[in-house]
Amino acid sequence: MTASASSAYDAIVVGAGHNGLVCAAYLARAGRRVLVVERRHKVGGATTTEEIYPGFKYSCCSYVVSLLRPWIIRDLDLPRHGYEILPLEETFTPFPDGRYLLRDSDPERTKRAIAKFSKRDAEVYKQFGARMAELGRLVKPMIDGPAPDPTARSPRELLRLLKLARHVRGRGEEWLVGNLKMLTMSAVDFLAEWFESEQLIAPMSVSGIIGTFLGIRSPGTAYVLLHHYMGEIDGSYRAWGLPKGGTGAIADAIASAARALGVEIRTEAPVERVLVENGRAAGVVLAGGEELRAKAVVSGVDPHRTFLGLVGEEHLPPEFTAEIRRFKLRGSSGKVNLALDALPEFACLPGVGPHLRGDITIAPSIDYLERAYDEAKYGRFSRRPFMDIVIPSLTDPTVAPPGQHVMSIFVQYAPYKLAEGAADWPNQREAFGDAVVDTLAEYLPNLKERILHRQVLTPWDLEQVYGLTEGNIFHGELSLEQLAFLRPAAGWSRYRTPVERLWMCASGTHPGGGIMGAPGALCAQSMLSARAL
Amino acid sequence: MPVPSPFHERTAPLCRSLRWKDWAGYAAVCSYDTTHEREYFAFRETAGLLDVSPLFKYEVEGPDAAALLKRMMVRDVGKLAVGRVGYSCWCDDAGKVVDDGTVARLDDDHFRVTAADPTLHWLQAVGRGFRATIEDSSARLAALALQGPTSRAILAAASDADLDALRFFGTTRARIDTLDVWITRTGYTGDLGYEIWVERGGALRLWDALMAAGRPHGIEPAGLDALDVTRIEAGFVLLGVDYYSAPKVVLESRKSSPFELGLGWTVHLDRAPFVGRDALAAEKARGSEWALVGLEVSWEALEALYESYGLPPSLPATARRDGLPVYSGARQVGKVTSHTWSPLLKKYVALASVLASHAATGRVLEMEHTVEYERRRVPARVVATPFFDPERKRKP
Repeated sequence: MTASASSAYDAIVVGAGHNGLVCAAYLARAGRRVLVVERRHKVGGATTTEEIYPGFKYSCCSYVVSLLRPWIIRDLDLPRHGYEILPLEETFTPFPDGRYLLRDSDPERTKRAIAKFSKRDAEVYKQFGARMAELGRLVKPMIDGPAPDPTARSPRELLRLLKLARHVRGRGEEWLVGNLKMLTMSAVDFLAEWFESEQLIAPMSVSGIIGTFLGIRSPGTAYVLLHHYMGEIDGSYRAWGLPKGGTGAIADAIASAARALGVEIRTEAPVERVLVENGRAAGVVLAGGEELRAKAVVSGVDPHRTFLGLVGEEHLPPEFTAEIRRFKLRGSSGKVNLALDALPEFACLPGVGPHLRGDITIAPSIDYLERAYDEAKYGRFSRRPFMDIVIPSLTDPTVAPPGQHVMSIFVQYAPYKLAEGAADWPNQREAFGDAVVDTLAEYLPNLKERILHRQVLTPWDLEQVYGLTEGNIFHGELSLEQLAFLRPAAGWSRYRTPVERLWMCASGTHPGGGIMGAPGALCAQSMLSARAL
Repeated sequence: MPVPSPFHERTAPLCRSLRWKDWAGYAAVCSYDTTHEREYFAFRETAGLLDVSPLFKYEVEGPDAAALLKRMMVRDVGKLAVGRVGYSCWCDDAGKVVDDGTVARLDDDHFRVTAADPTLHWLQAVGRGFRATIEDSSARLAALALQGPTSRAILAAASDADLDALRFFGTTRARIDTLDVWITRTGYTGDLGYEIWVERGGALRLWDALMAAGRPHGIEPAGLDALDVTRIEAGFVLLGVDYYSAPKVVLESRKSSPFELGLGWTVHLDRAPFVGRDALAAEKARGSEWALVGLEVSWEALEALYESYGLPPSLPATARRDGLPVYSGARQVGKVTSHTWSPLLKKYVALASVLASHAATGRVLEMEHTVEYERRRVPARVVATPFFDPERKRKP
């Protein structure tokens, strides 16, 4: 066993996911010596792009970007390190009856498209977007700072709460009621207050369920819609983009920025456990026994893996462990990535057009989506799932050979816990992949003959390959009882843990998942202001 | 009323936005779609195809062709080898810029000059007594700019040109779909790119050949709005926007020297007399009054300014040409002439003309910015141009 010099590092970050890298970069920017250790052969975690099939680069897990904080992009000067975001403007929804809905950044064109289904909806659509963007803007201070914690009764906390109260003051009762409603309603009920056509409500409602084990009629899903309206790119709200080179290029850009700031990154260095001495984190032990010491340890993995895995219950208060056990991860989605030798064509809108280069949503009706959820409730993957599809190669030629394409298909529902048990996923993987392709082929009749290669990632695979416990893409559901000061446990939303000198910096902390970077940056800022290292 | 360009038959049906403008008397597409975003990203990520036929073009031929252009241009274009292109501006006797463009040496005694404004009279005036013929080939030649990272692959598929041998600012003859064309590795986007010149009768076939070859490489027809963003990112000045042609203005203060436009590098003083040489030599010795600089607006300050109105930051959707005052403290020290949000750099950048005393890189000035009908100011730092300069542009 080798023991490195005592506290050779100021901090060791476990896991080179995008949040771990952001955290490391901010610490190094403040002059700290930081080491990032990563289990896999490459950085990025679930923010990864890999050439699984020669010539085709799959963004295996996360596939679009919206929430990466603009101030992080500026602070770390990411464009200089290769961060480029390409437009993703269209949302295309095909329907089984041969009709389709194409929404894009042109308000008039979108209005005409919606009017095919409802003139009334076409009129209020823009108003709805403005209202949601306004709400998103008001919630924004929440995601750009630590969660205000009403359980902490310190004067500083009260001041922060007061500030937030000022933020909403004067907005009127109607506004408040609207918000409270939004916190408790289902996505479908909330949208039905605005719209009448199912062809609009169904595809819009899915933003409320992505990454959760809930259905579009489940209470609490309306709030999650808002999360998706908070996305901003270049200061414009509700904007989504495709990272050039895939989402992995974002991780590479952050890693490059981190290295330029002096961060050391070791890949293929799996951490076996966090070294706890006298109730304090003192470093990590790698598989193989190598011991690395630091003044602080930062976990970039999910709360379950951090506490139940790397730390161990023996070092934790039992009530805390119980809370962490209650913290819901339960993955509900999978991913299918395809290499295509040519573009497939939609039966309802043949040919190559703008409808292929945006977001393609398979969410034809409310019942369709709810039925997909029904199957998941009883431990089966949806035979006809909700799918969110992008073909990034239409916009970014670097991810596929000329004229050929990659198709990224986010699939829900795929419950981690199958009726036969999670470990049965390897037996059902290809059947799951077939269900996805078969369903999609109902809309894209020539899809199957275009497929050169197929990668199927079940929640089981997301756990085994990427270390996401139970395959949850957000390190824990983004449901109300797991957000803000409750993420991951009441009283522990400030990136600290019951183990002194052990911190958390990933999506399992406030403000949560998605390629946002805020948990990583806010953790680093908290550590620095607490003079933790 | 503008007339159709030789490519109009192809561009018109594609221009579903119906957004056109007058460019040198031709109807030119602003953007094919309602916004130029997609076309901008084509220039930067795949390839954009832009009709540049409205450029003014002149053939200068004869034993004295080189001598004539050496006399007219601030750059010693006589040094250009056959197959090379040079960027230059030309001045009046007082050393103030008349126009800028490229000079391609197609043969020992055949040059092709491009210009933003009609230049026949200027060539003729300077060329008096030289054994050279001057042809205005503007209407005879059609031209397309193919710009962006995949432009080389597209041209390799569409033409027989040896593109590995065609260096940055080189030119070569080639065949595309049996048409004789000239290809120059030049452009106005500051990216890897080419311009292709053809007899106007072959225009549509050229368009079709490039579009067909470009399909697997993400080619998109692109308009002037997208071009404007890229040329600001590249730090290129535009006649009539960032400066004015000396003979056409009334006020002396509206004229600029090459040094004041950041074009000092094109001025070759140590050689036989050329138009404006003495004035330029004197200016170089004494120092220029103005300097063209890049400005980078502080986003934090902009965000805070909008926040004070309860608004999210908002910028014009397209590159803008409205002049904006630039201040240092209470004093106005210059003006912004072009400004745009750079989607690639995630920065709000501007080209500005400021007093040379305030042009040092890193200096923080203030730029006017209007919010809710109120004229406010935001800090903007002087930075080096080009804002964007990819390696691929000049890569062999």
